[in-house]
Amino acid sequence: MVEVAVLLSVGRHPASGRPRRAPLDAQALELALQLVESGHAARVHALHAGDPANPALRDYLGMGLDRLEVLDLPPGVDPVPALVARLRELAPTLVLAGAVAEGGEDSGMVPYLMARSLERPIVPDVVALELSGDGADLTQALPRGRRRLVGAGLPLVATLHGSAPAARQSAFARARRGSIDTLPADGVGDAFLEDCAARPWRARPRLMGARRGGTALDRLKAATETRAGQGRLMVQPSPEDAASAIYECLIEQGMIR
Amino acid sequence: MIATTLSTIVIAMLAAGLLLALVQARRWRAGRAAEVDFVAGLKALPRRYLVDVHEVVARNSFNSRFHALTAGGFLASLVLIVALALPPLRHGAVWALLSLALAAMLAGGLMVGWRRRVERPAELSGGRFSRLPFALLAYAAAFLTVALDQTAGGLLPGWLALALVLVGAWGCAELVLGVWKGPLKHAVHGALHLVAHPRPLRFRDGAGRDSAIRPLDLEAPKLGTERPVDFDWNRLLGFDACVQCGRCETACPAYAAGLPLNPKKLIQDLVTALDEEGSDRSYAGHGHPGRPLGGVHGGPAEPVIGPMVHPDTLWACTTCRACVQECPMMIEHVDAVIDLRRFQTLELGATPGKAAGVLEELRATDNPGGRPLSRRLDWAVDLDLPVLAGKGGCDVLLWLGDGAFELRTQRSLRALVRLLRRAGVDFAVLGAEELDCGDVARRLGDEATFQDLARRNVTTLRRYRFDRIVTADPHALHTLRNEYRPFGLDVPVVHHTAFLLDLLREGLLKAETRLSDSVTYHDPCYLGRYNGEIDAPRALLDAIGLTRVEMERSGLRSSCCGGGGGAPLTDVAGERRIPDVRMDHARATGAATVAVACPNCALMLEGVVGPRPQVAEIAELVLAATEPRP
Repeated sequence: MVEVAVLLSVGRHPASGRPRRAPLDAQALELALQLVESGHAARVHALHAGDPANPALRDYLGMGLDRLEVLDLPPGVDPVPALVARLRELAPTLVLAGAVAEGGEDSGMVPYLMARSLERPIVPDVVALELSGDGADLTQALPRGRRRLVGAGLPLVATLHGSAPAARQSAFARARRGSIDTLPADGVGDAFLEDCAARPWRARPRLMGARRGGTALDRLKAATETRAGQGRLMVQPSPEDAASAIYECLIEQGMIR
Repeated sequence: MIATTLSTIVIAMLAAGLLLALVQARRWRAGRAAEVDFVAGLKALPRRYLVDVHEVVARNSFNSRFHALTAGGFLASLVLIVALALPPLRHGAVWALLSLALAAMLAGGLMVGWRRRVERPAELSGGRFSRLPFALLAYAAAFLTVALDQTAGGLLPGWLALALVLVGAWGCAELVLGVWKGPLKHAVHGALHLVAHPRPLRFRDGAGRDSAIRPLDLEAPKLGTERPVDFDWNRLLGFDACVQCGRCETACPAYAAGLPLNPKKLIQDLVTALDEEGSDRSYAGHGHPGRPLGGVHGGPAEPVIGPMVHPDTLWACTTCRACVQECPMMIEHVDAVIDLRRFQTLELGATPGKAAGVLEELRATDNPGGRPLSRRLDWAVDLDLPVLAGKGGCDVLLWLGDGAFELRTQRSLRALVRLLRRAGVDFAVLGAEELDCGDVARRLGDEATFQDLARRNVTTLRRYRFDRIVTADPHALHTLRNEYRPFGLDVPVVHHTAFLLDLLREGLLKAETRLSDSVTYHDPCYLGRYNGEIDAPRALLDAIGLTRVEMERSGLRSSCCGGGGGAPLTDVAGERRIPDVRMDHARATGAATVAVACPNCALMLEGVVGPRPQVAEIAELVLAATEPRP
């Protein structure tokens, strides 16, 4: 029976900007809980590095966790060293995390940095996982809905893809009952982040250009159809050609000047 | 001698019945404590029974007649027979009175027999109930013969009179001991339920209508209802008062559409679960559509949802209150559904379908669609709506609701705004400060999210000065008017139909164009049954000159569109869809237009495919009718 550690970050709702459970991390926790329920894993260590008072952490407890460990770090501090130190102590066979979190600076690098520090293999974009003997069979999501089976030895780090099974609902009473254990942790602040100011952005509303006349079908087509056949098709371009094409496109769309 | 035997037997039966009733009472006492004002309840009992219950029963006049004859005759005969235990009262006049009472009961018994044996409606349950007419007739006919004989001075031979007393005694045993599980248990349980009713305000001695869901104590160790004993004791008593008349079954839109819900069976399941090792094998009526009988089991301390009631049954309910409206025993089915849902959602996190995701979005963004609140006014960017935060105060606060994010509802809201402008009303909207009212969260059992939204909305609303809230959404209307009261909001909330009617009557709006179409009006449950407002929308349609035809089910007995209670989110499958069934009612009238007064109804009914009447929001019709003549 293996032990599983799940790394949980605090997400941010794209519409309201309010903290919430990060969807991919919640799916990682779902996978871990399923491993426990099916008898493949002995227990789940849930880890978060950040503010223990963040109410969004309760969303994870509401999924059925009894306790959640929080490495107490101020905002703007790199969580990797603290997480690595704690994972060395726990020595779980399996470390699960979402492929990317939802914070402003999240690049999805944390699992990779962690795998390097722990000297473990990492399997990204996992949608299913089966433990067999001393290894694991993982199903990886590839673009366009394709799947690939990967075998890997344990211990290992895996990150979850969005098409993994959906996270279970967070129940209010369970969230209230679960406990948050705070552990002291050290970290160094990021001077660049402290200088940054963040503010929400939104486009101004515009009325849709209503097309009058014609049949309902014509109006629907005019409203929904995209213009086809105006792009440039590049088959196996050289990296330089591809990059310059993307660059031109970004300029054309006014994304960069 | 005959009088002594008669009264002894009947008194013994009554004592045995009382004993059994006490044994039954122990089952409900296992439930949670509830605050009940017994003195007020006992005082109000005659009025509740003779006025409120009678009003429901009398919707079928044949039933109310046989009920009055049978119950009246039976009760009077019991009193007289007990009186006959005293030798000085064994007088010809008392025997004559007894004969009269029994004759009335005999007539009623014959009518009961006609209904149960000849013209048997499909929704009636069989089982023990099938013996009811025989018991009534045996009691009434046998004792009547004895009483007439005694009035005449005792002409029958002694053995024959004795035999008749014994036949009547069997009938009496069947009726009185039937309190245990049989047909007459509703007489005792029903009366007790009227005394200890969990919503005393719904009766005429209260305010007359009490449909708001009660707030849940979120600090309680267990939230919602898991097992039968987690219900309040007087709710368990209410379930036990069910007489299986099946009126809820005929009224339930989910049952009509073949969804796996039959309110009668649901209540009977809860009654069955009160017994140790309870099973529905002895249930003798229609079950939940698509679910076979005999497979469920439960006990007072076992979970209800799962072994006893399938989760689909719980989530098929649209909370339309049609069952509550029809129930002659005043059972509160919807409260039971919400209590059970609360446990599923708050404790288990088992809200089905899309509902769980919607609740999560609601928590994160304060609207079920997960959209930025700053976009609530995007549809009206050209209307330049005044925002209350910029104005500080106004006469009318227009509560937009979450329909403001919906294309269909935006159309009717635009019509409403143009009407308000035309009438020169001083109005404003909350804009980004308006949160979802929490209706859908509460119906889906997520009381925590509802209370959070309610507190924050009330805080916002109390900051501003306005005379009343007008809304086009009956769900928001009901929530703001009735369910925010415990959270400190007490302002008049008006539905836009009532408000537009006032504007027309005051002459601020004038019907200029006569619309020629015939129209049928679909009552929204949360406006009609929940708030009793069925006249204003009709008066409004009449005032703009439309020819109005009524559907077979309308007013307080209207059928649901299928859009309430989070039902479209949980999306339990049935044989048909509820809106299709409702549209059949509208088609049957032959009207060209169905007028709706609720965004949910508009969405649900417009989603019906095939040839059908067009669906129009009342505000759209009023706008068309008040368009100035060119």
